[in-house]
Amino acid sequence: MSIITDMLQGLGRAQFFLLSIIGAIPSALLRPRLLIQQLYTVGVMSLIIIVISGSFVGMVLALQGYRTLVDFGAAESLGVFVAVVIVRELGPVVTALLFAGRAGSALAAEIGLMKATDQLSGMEMMAVDPIKRVIAPRFVAGLIAMPLLSMIFAMMAIGIAGGHAIGVNLLGVDDGAYWSQIHSSLHWEDVRDSLVKSAVFGAAVSWIAVYQGYHAAPTSEGVSRATTSTVVVSSLAILALDFILTAFMFH
Amino acid sequence: MTTSVSDDAALVRVRGLKFSHGPRVIYDGVDIDIPRGKVTAVMGPSGTGKTTLLRIIGGQWQPAAGTVEFDGVNVHTLRRKALYELRKRMGMLFQNGALLTDLSVFENVAFPMREHTDLPESMIRDLVLMKLEAVGLRGARDLFPSQLSGGMSRRVGLARAIALDPDLVMFDEPFTGQDPISMGVLMRLIRSLNDALGLTSIVVSHDVEEVLSISDYAYVIASGKVLASGTPDSIRNSDSPYVQQFLRGEPDGPVAFHYKAAAYADDLMNKGKKA
Repeated sequence: MSIITDMLQGLGRAQFFLLSIIGAIPSALLRPRLLIQQLYTVGVMSLIIIVISGSFVGMVLALQGYRTLVDFGAAESLGVFVAVVIVRELGPVVTALLFAGRAGSALAAEIGLMKATDQLSGMEMMAVDPIKRVIAPRFVAGLIAMPLLSMIFAMMAIGIAGGHAIGVNLLGVDDGAYWSQIHSSLHWEDVRDSLVKSAVFGAAVSWIAVYQGYHAAPTSEGVSRATTSTVVVSSLAILALDFILTAFMFH
Repeated sequence: MTTSVSDDAALVRVRGLKFSHGPRVIYDGVDIDIPRGKVTAVMGPSGTGKTTLLRIIGGQWQPAAGTVEFDGVNVHTLRRKALYELRKRMGMLFQNGALLTDLSVFENVAFPMREHTDLPESMIRDLVLMKLEAVGLRGARDLFPSQLSGGMSRRVGLARAIALDPDLVMFDEPFTGQDPISMGVLMRLIRSLNDALGLTSIVVSHDVEEVLSISDYAYVIASGKVLASGTPDSIRNSDSPYVQQFLRGEPDGPVAFHYKAAAYADDLMNKGKKA
């Protein structure tokens, strides 16, 4: 019983917290320097893991897809296979999971430590609203960074180093067929849905991370619990949201 | 206990303050006056809510009952915006300095100026250097908080607390864990800055002798009540056994050495049984 009431309480607090963040977004946008700083730590610093994972996911998909497709004499469709799977599903989901592990946990730990060392109440006492100065820029940065990272992930997986490298350069799929089939089968709607998904995941991960950090107990144990639950809750939220979004986008 | 402070001279006036942390009662009807232009000490054992008092005065926490007036304004009926305006007139030095770890010493002191004023960069630079000079750390302006010792962090925190020339500066346990030199530096700074800048200071501490030696007025708080208040001398000569135990640091007295427990012999005889 208490688990359910605790959960509902947390959910309620998190929603009020989200409302206050949204209220603070305009003033965060007025200070682009803070935002750019956060885009760097949240986005640019996540690039390496996104680029490498994207390449490997694309390579594995090409190997597995080729083995199945070649039996039907449809190896030329390898590009479509990789592109559709990546753009519709794996791109946003895997990027979001990696983002939660790399950027979300770092956000929660940073904010939790700022709280534990009185930096947040210090700001409050200096009449500076920490929601405006600390939380909102990080939230907006996550919101912007996630779709961009997910697109970079998809680019790496389909084209540059992933599916293309394995399918065309290693397994000998025709280069022209690879691209032209992608061109004719992948629609603008797929890319749009992919962007919508990654934006929703970005919002969810950033929201969970800043909430966990801001409400962490001001001890070392509290901060470690905040980072752990950021990753766990984010991952579950990403997978559940992905199902809901896919169900709505299904025609 | 005679109160030498007339009401008009009080910058902060606390009346009938009640506050609890969950089931634990921190304050049970407390009256405190912080006289203008003076250094006031608030002493008491750990866990009596001395820091809580500062947070209530700063409006971070709401009392369950009672009023806190800052310069005649009730802090807790203010709307958020007015409260933030009021806080610009208060500076607070947290126990560990609470410096922003991603900013240099210079930027930490400049932080409130950049947030609240439109001063040109050259003037901010001059002001920051003046504040840092006052705490003797002008040479450390390019260091980061991780490179500072505990005492230096607090001095930077102090420079930041006085950055906007506040009326009131609150010191939360400024002496805890300091070596004698650093303690002496902080004591001298608190006293001299208070007099030179015409501040009002509240020093929360349990380093009895140190804080009594620099304060004009003192309160002793324990178990939710004000036990004694007055000038440092009248506190030293207080006839309350509790205050005397606190001042002399006696291990046993009104505050018992033993945490509340069943009789020792009974406890030992009941071996294996759950008490």
